[in-house]
Amino acid sequence: MTSPLVDIRGLEKRFDLSGSLLEQITFKNGRFQRRQEAVHAINGVDLQVYKGEALCVVGESGCGKSTVARTVMGLLSPSAGEVHYDGQRIDDLKGQQVLPYRRKMQMIFQNPYASLNPRMTIQQTLEEPIHFHRPELSRNEVRSKVREVMESVGIDADWGSRFGHEFSGGQRQRIAIARALAVDPEFIVADEPISALDVSIQAQVLNLLMDAQETRNLTYLFITHDLAVVEHFGTRVAVMYLGRVCELAQTATLFSEPRHPYTQALLSAIPRLEDDRPNYIRLQGEVPTPVNLPSGCVFHGRCPYANERCRQEIPRLIATDGGNQVACHAVEEGRL
Amino acid sequence: MTTATLSRWDRFRESFLWYSFKRDKVAIASFVVLVLMVLAAIFAPLLAPTNPYDLAQINIMNSELPPVGMQGADPAFPLGTDAQGRDMLSTILYGTRVSLLIGFGAVVLQAALGILFGLLAGYLGGRVDSILMRIADVQLSFSTLMVAIIVGAVFKASFGNLMFGEIAIYMLIFIIGVAEWPQIARTVRASVLAEKKKEYVDAAKVMGFRTNRIMFRHILPNTLSPIFVIATVQIANAIISEAALSFLGLGMPETQPSLGSLIKSGFDYIQSGSWWITLIPGLVLVVLVLVINLLGDWLRDVMNPRLYKG
Repeated sequence: MTSPLVDIRGLEKRFDLSGSLLEQITFKNGRFQRRQEAVHAINGVDLQVYKGEALCVVGESGCGKSTVARTVMGLLSPSAGEVHYDGQRIDDLKGQQVLPYRRKMQMIFQNPYASLNPRMTIQQTLEEPIHFHRPELSRNEVRSKVREVMESVGIDADWGSRFGHEFSGGQRQRIAIARALAVDPEFIVADEPISALDVSIQAQVLNLLMDAQETRNLTYLFITHDLAVVEHFGTRVAVMYLGRVCELAQTATLFSEPRHPYTQALLSAIPRLEDDRPNYIRLQGEVPTPVNLPSGCVFHGRCPYANERCRQEIPRLIATDGGNQVACHAVEEGRL
Repeated sequence: MTTATLSRWDRFRESFLWYSFKRDKVAIASFVVLVLMVLAAIFAPLLAPTNPYDLAQINIMNSELPPVGMQGADPAFPLGTDAQGRDMLSTILYGTRVSLLIGFGAVVLQAALGILFGLLAGYLGGRVDSILMRIADVQLSFSTLMVAIIVGAVFKASFGNLMFGEIAIYMLIFIIGVAEWPQIARTVRASVLAEKKKEYVDAAKVMGFRTNRIMFRHILPNTLSPIFVIATVQIANAIISEAALSFLGLGMPETQPSLGSLIKSGFDYIQSGSWWITLIPGLVLVVLVLVINLLGDWLRDVMNPRLYKG
């Protein structure tokens, strides 16, 4: 396989909960103790995104998928691990050095009601990044670029002097997509771009993203919790649970033969028309808190196949057939 | 959605601000009175019958004449004269000018400092936030008037009365402006903390915009409405502070009277029956501060959607 466009290696992100030094010190059993707590949002994620594909990251709320997206974009700095773009490490770049990557990598956000500046017109919102990244363009060139990009997302180019609040949610998300496309990026991180939209609009926006992928030769890292979207959109799928990737596979393979017990449970939860008596896999318990991670496999407390090894040893992603990967001792040992 | 695009004026005409203004009689009345007073102050040199700064126009023989309608009044001095024979109407017009200038000037200074420090503290957070906010706390723990009295007294002592008279107006703007910036800084910081979590700020960061640009071009415009409300009320506060300082003899000198120093200069004569020297400027001050505060209240109600009245 060719070298990946985006390479995430051993990424970890912890959010400190314990506050300042004074707040960490507690008095317990007759002596002072220093107590530090952190939310382990991502615990060692390795992902490769190849040029031209749409890698979907799925998982339930709080599994760290949005944190992965924000860390890749540099909105958060990783606690450990590296992010590489086109062979160049980008997570430790400072100041001006990041700018070329800001142009190549763009992001689409979840909430179209908050992602447009309420005090800026659409024209200003779209012109600013072009001015900033391509100062050599004249006013007219910028304006025609804005026109082109607005038309490409299906927004009337004459609406530029309006403000964000004058548009519907779907239109705003189109404008947010136009803003990301305005700087001609190669790689787009989409953080649940359609989950805040009405169902009837979701398909339109999804198709818009797919058209843009085709015409502009884009690569996506697509964060979602909607499995139907994944099936429609993704080239490959990474399933996350509690800050770890548990399975990474081609979309078709993942949906036809899920290997990891968590993936199997997740897929069995999709409601299907043909089922009048659905066969859900019922997991016991709840997702453990990311503050105190379970030892070994993060899924062992809820996994019907867990044994002693799963409680002790953290499973690593192992390659199965066809370039797919799964992190499960049971699969590795052939128990599953 | 219509295809016609609205101009700024049309937007204003359709805004809630204009709508609620039209329906609020108190706001309209206050606004009209304020505009009249501001215009009168601006055009004082044209409106005033005499120039109170010009000693050649003052005749000591005209001193302590009562306002028109009282026995012994001179129709040339409709509001009477003060102890030095200056026309009260002219001194009040010029005094309102000085008071308003100090009020606006101090608030501009406050806003500049408050917005800058509030933005830095709110957006950068961490150590910058702690340091700036502790400075603000320390400053708020001193009363504005006390700081102003000390600084004013020191300046007056070191520059002498004559020199102090020339720079008094700038001094007062500086003292009141610097003493009150934490009010605005705290408000700005609170709004910035709310705004900076929104996704449009993340989008600007992802674009690679620099911190300054994000702070001033993206976040600041979204924190302006509470600043407007506070600034309005602060103008009234600054005018009162100035009047209080002048009354204590640390403000404007009597040769360039503000409303406060007019009240003070007349206060010595109130027992001898010349009540108009103190009372009329006092009334003007009360009306000025009242209309500004009423407008501020109205603005606060309009700009805080949670306070919609039925």
